[in-house]
Amino acid sequence: MTEAAIEVRGLVKRFGENVAVDGIDLTVPAGTVYGVLGPNGAGKTTTVKMLATLLKPDEGDARVLGRDVVSEADEVRSLVSMTGQYASVDEDLTGTENLVLLARLLGYSKKAAAARSDLFLETLGLTAAAHRQVKNYSGGMRRRLDIAASLLSVPKLLFLDEPTTGLDPRSRNQVWEIVRAIVDQGTTVLLTTQYLDEADQLASRIAVIDEGRVIAEGTKGDLKSSIGSGSVHVRLRDPARREDAARLLAETLGADVQRDADPVALTARLRQDATANAADAAVTELAAHQTGVALGELARAGIIVDSFSMGQPSLDEVFLALTNHPAIPEEVA
Amino acid sequence: MTTQPTTATPELSAPRTDDLAKVFITERPPRPSAWSASVTFGWRALLKIKHVPEQLFDVTLFPIMMTLMFTYLFGGALAGSPTDYLQFFLPGILVVSIVMITMYTGLSVNTDIEKGVFDRFRTLPIWRPAPMVGYLLGDGFRYAIASTVIVVMGLILGYRPQGGPTGVLAGVAVLLVFCFALSWIWTMFGLLLRSDKSVMGVSMMVIMPLTFLSSAYVDPSTMPNWLEALVAVNPITFAVDSVRSLMSGEWPGTDLVWLSVLSAALIAIFGPVTMRLYNRK
Repeated sequence: MTEAAIEVRGLVKRFGENVAVDGIDLTVPAGTVYGVLGPNGAGKTTTVKMLATLLKPDEGDARVLGRDVVSEADEVRSLVSMTGQYASVDEDLTGTENLVLLARLLGYSKKAAAARSDLFLETLGLTAAAHRQVKNYSGGMRRRLDIAASLLSVPKLLFLDEPTTGLDPRSRNQVWEIVRAIVDQGTTVLLTTQYLDEADQLASRIAVIDEGRVIAEGTKGDLKSSIGSGSVHVRLRDPARREDAARLLAETLGADVQRDADPVALTARLRQDATANAADAAVTELAAHQTGVALGELARAGIIVDSFSMGQPSLDEVFLALTNHPAIPEEVA
Repeated sequence: MTTQPTTATPELSAPRTDDLAKVFITERPPRPSAWSASVTFGWRALLKIKHVPEQLFDVTLFPIMMTLMFTYLFGGALAGSPTDYLQFFLPGILVVSIVMITMYTGLSVNTDIEKGVFDRFRTLPIWRPAPMVGYLLGDGFRYAIASTVIVVMGLILGYRPQGGPTGVLAGVAVLLVFCFALSWIWTMFGLLLRSDKSVMGVSMMVIMPLTFLSSAYVDPSTMPNWLEALVAVNPITFAVDSVRSLMSGEWPGTDLVWLSVLSAALIAIFGPVTMRLYNRK
């Protein structure tokens, strides 16, 4: 798996005055999930649309599975599938009709198309809703049908544009499970998301995009060590002991400790330079262990902790760390 | 994600990701031919009619209304009696009604194109115009229904075509081919204009003068010279005269030749324009 599934150099797309994609470079290794992380309006969808041959780039070049997305668009189309941000299925038709329609368009005979549609509906747990119009589907069902529609052709590369935006946690977990199973079958997945934990759960490499540019790229380990693996929030009983507590936390965690606006609150940003290449689980474990030790130290010093929490850096924190400006969600159609 | 009714949603089984290996058969059939892909899209249009049968109003009630209205409004004045007028007028109103219905093609393209499903169609390795041709094939079905309704209505009111069933069928067939060609104008507007309202507005502006300033309602020889000249070059006039001749058992000759040339020109001009817009969307 040395060959890159996607190679993008200096991709630019303008819509009038607005530069949606401003010189993006990407290299996506084959057979993996590659996460493209960024807020709304960062240029994720525009990038994916160019790679899926829906939009023509203004500058730069992009090769998908070795084919140029402009001059060899037709070949690209026969190898990739895309599940857009807005369900790419026909709302007026039933689940079965949608899949049979697409299977027919892929060249399957009537009989084979029907059989294939049944098989995919069953695999994705949609058999019960097969004969209902998609407009009556829940968000999670729609997503699943959408993914089924993308998988009918058994693509070598699948674009998933914000596959879990707007889904409840259970449906989200199911989508994640499906994505993992797809990659197990050897399909490369390019996933765009606004959620760090989603990229963390699924992707092996991540590119962070903001204002049409890649502002950070690497393995999860790389990214985390650049922004800290997470933070520990502590609330103390006695504001007078804050300085002592800050010193203790800094010592035991080896972290920068930030004095919050609240006089009893402290935030320690965990670093993990030493463990950047360790497996993910080991990193989390180590952080948890260190935090336990730190809390013990606080107790031993007689500092009462009212509450504490540990968390991964949020997308906002990542953005703050990378760009010095917060990720402001804005509605961009 | 507009509607998420909770009542009608039964508990779904979890996806069986272990089974994915079984369905992931990489062997793919050869890509469908241009015709087969277009027919599949035509089938999609028929499915939509099946799920939303109300949309057949415009091909059933509307033509009945048009036929009744003009037959009795103009019949006495123009030909002495509605039945006499109908012998001249029925092929005319047939063409006018169907041509008016073709407008809805632009409307459905316009409302459909904004939906995500078109992104999927555009990423399929198929003959590119297939989704558009599919629309027109589906609409052909609607036109056939409307034509049947009008002819039956005419027969009930006393229309007696000299061309017999063969002449009537030939007339309808010629009309459907012309409408297929004409519809490319509407698919262009459907892709070009921003809202369904503007599609409707522009289409009406084109259709109203074209249908009225033709040989559909009255014999052009009764018009002032300048208008007669104008009407003589109106595409709708060629369509009306061809259909009228066929239905009354005559061979339309030059009218049909001109109509064929016109139809070919419409497809040759507006087909590529539509496809350019479609690819650019």
